[in-house]
Amino acid sequence: MKPAHGLLAGFASPEKFIAALKRVKAAGYTRCETYLPFALPEALEFSADAHSPVPKAMAIGGLLSGLGAYFMQYYAAHDYPLNVGGRPLNSWPSFVPITFELTVLGSALSGLLAFFWIARFPRLDHPVFDDPRFIRASSDRFFLCIRSDDPLFADPQTRRFMADLAAESIAEVPS
Amino acid sequence: MKTEPELAASDRIVDPSLTVPGVTATISGMILDPPRPKLWLLGFAIGFLLVLALLAAVSWLFIRGIGIWGLNVPIAWGFAIVNFVWWIGIGHAGTFISAILFLLHQSWRTSINRFTEAMTLFAVACAGLYPLLHLGRPAYFYWLLPYPDTMGLWPQFRSPLVWDVFAVSTYACVSLLFWYVGLLPDLATMRDKAPSLLGRRMYGVLALGWRGDGRHWSHYEKLYVILAGLATPLVVSVHSIVGLDFAVAILPGWHSTIFPPYFVGGAIFSGFAMVLTLVIPLRAMYGLKGLITARHLELMAMVLLATGSVVAYGYFSEFFTAWWSGDEFEKFVNANRALGPYAPAFWTMLACNVLVPQLFWSRRLRRSVPVLFVGALLVNVGMWLERFVIVVTSLHRDYLPSSWGMYIPTFWDWTTFAGTLGLFLSLIFLFVRLLPAIAMSEVRSLVFRKGKVS
Repeated sequence: MKPAHGLLAGFASPEKFIAALKRVKAAGYTRCETYLPFALPEALEFSADAHSPVPKAMAIGGLLSGLGAYFMQYYAAHDYPLNVGGRPLNSWPSFVPITFELTVLGSALSGLLAFFWIARFPRLDHPVFDDPRFIRASSDRFFLCIRSDDPLFADPQTRRFMADLAAESIAEVPS
Repeated sequence: MKTEPELAASDRIVDPSLTVPGVTATISGMILDPPRPKLWLLGFAIGFLLVLALLAAVSWLFIRGIGIWGLNVPIAWGFAIVNFVWWIGIGHAGTFISAILFLLHQSWRTSINRFTEAMTLFAVACAGLYPLLHLGRPAYFYWLLPYPDTMGLWPQFRSPLVWDVFAVSTYACVSLLFWYVGLLPDLATMRDKAPSLLGRRMYGVLALGWRGDGRHWSHYEKLYVILAGLATPLVVSVHSIVGLDFAVAILPGWHSTIFPPYFVGGAIFSGFAMVLTLVIPLRAMYGLKGLITARHLELMAMVLLATGSVVAYGYFSEFFTAWWSGDEFEKFVNANRALGPYAPAFWTMLACNVLVPQLFWSRRLRRSVPVLFVGALLVNVGMWLERFVIVVTSLHRDYLPSSWGMYIPTFWDWTTFAGTLGLFLSLIFLFVRLLPAIAMSEVRSLVFRKGKVS
């Protein structure tokens, strides 16, 4: 039999949830998952990755898309040259708007893709969805999962530790 | 600034009796157990009948060509461009509320941003129809895009009309993306709340597997704030480019540097008027007075007053510049606007756009729902007339009197316009019936933070 995904504790109040996260951190658990119905800054501090690829992806995506947009207009002006009163073919001021628009478009799309990549979206199935309590994770319950692959995870001890966190309920999540 | 508990009840942006589970129940209840289903059906039916009229008008247009509209030389831009500019302007309030007010930490935007973003999308959809229908040969719309053409041709990238193609399509894509990203957590709520298997599957697929993971939330928040940062200059650029469509032409009355900023101000002005027109019935119909409070309406009235002043300055500047330039044609166009055959449209526009917002200096009138509703409707009319006056009066008196003409909208002009109003209305009705019209996850966080303060 495959080992369980982890132990999932549900909390009704955000304050108790935040207090529990602090104790879990102090106890040295590192492979934990948190689930929140809204972005609670204190809880996000606990679970955030050190770096997010999203801003970088948006900067690079926007830059490449903008350069591409400028090049397209530059190329078109030289591929089909129109002499307008002897003005230079590379009429950059009139290439600014499209360059700007496509920079924004490229950046937004890259940001979305980077987010999907890091969140592994779309992923319609996940072990926590099998827990009947989890249906409230999207409205008014906060969940903490200590994963079974955490180096400190040991079934009776971790379960006892979690029972002490003032959780509303604790149950094992099969993988 | 006062903290929340010191504020009078009528100044709050959320009803203090609301709780986190209560927010979820109220907002998801609009879909799962809709109040007044007959009223909804009536509204949707009216919208849908007009959509059928639009289909008829567009079909007839495809059969006979744009001659069925009242267009002719010298007035080749009639309702098509008037309505395009009007609709796209309305869209701007949605982005202003969702992006600019978000970056400025205006937490009152939270209970109206989802709805106004949807309004943006639908208004842009209506706007986008017009230039395509106006092409004459709509089947060749793709000639506007850069594609490998066998004749070696390119779009004219130096033309504002081509900039417009890029601006409006980018605007539509980015607005859709921003709206959808904002919807993800709420779609997950709907997935978990939907009573039927079909509902769970539909919302579940759309939610992409969102489970509120703290790690996802932290990346999500970064994405959201940068998207807001991108949408802010985007919204300014879109209507500036629409303004340049006119300003780059050498026509008297159009060839003016005030156009881009004056158009952006007007766009936000007309958009907020449309938001008020839609939100006032919505909150009454769904009993949302705890979420969309008197304070929201008052703040929106203040935005109307501020942007209305920008528009009034634009009118003043046009007249002043015409007089100061000493240019005979500029002076003539402005005199003709006020005294010529389209004078009634001009004076009604001034009354609706300059006089009506002055009511909102008074706190009592800002808080009167009937006054706000009627005021917002009048501003909608005024802003539509503004675009009519700009487009038609500059065109109908050409440089030579032998080329003068008149534009009289035909039955099909009006039907197409009414049709897009119906399309907009139908989409709004479908949206409030099928998707959470208020951002649940954001309001939860707002209610939680306000609860901690008191």
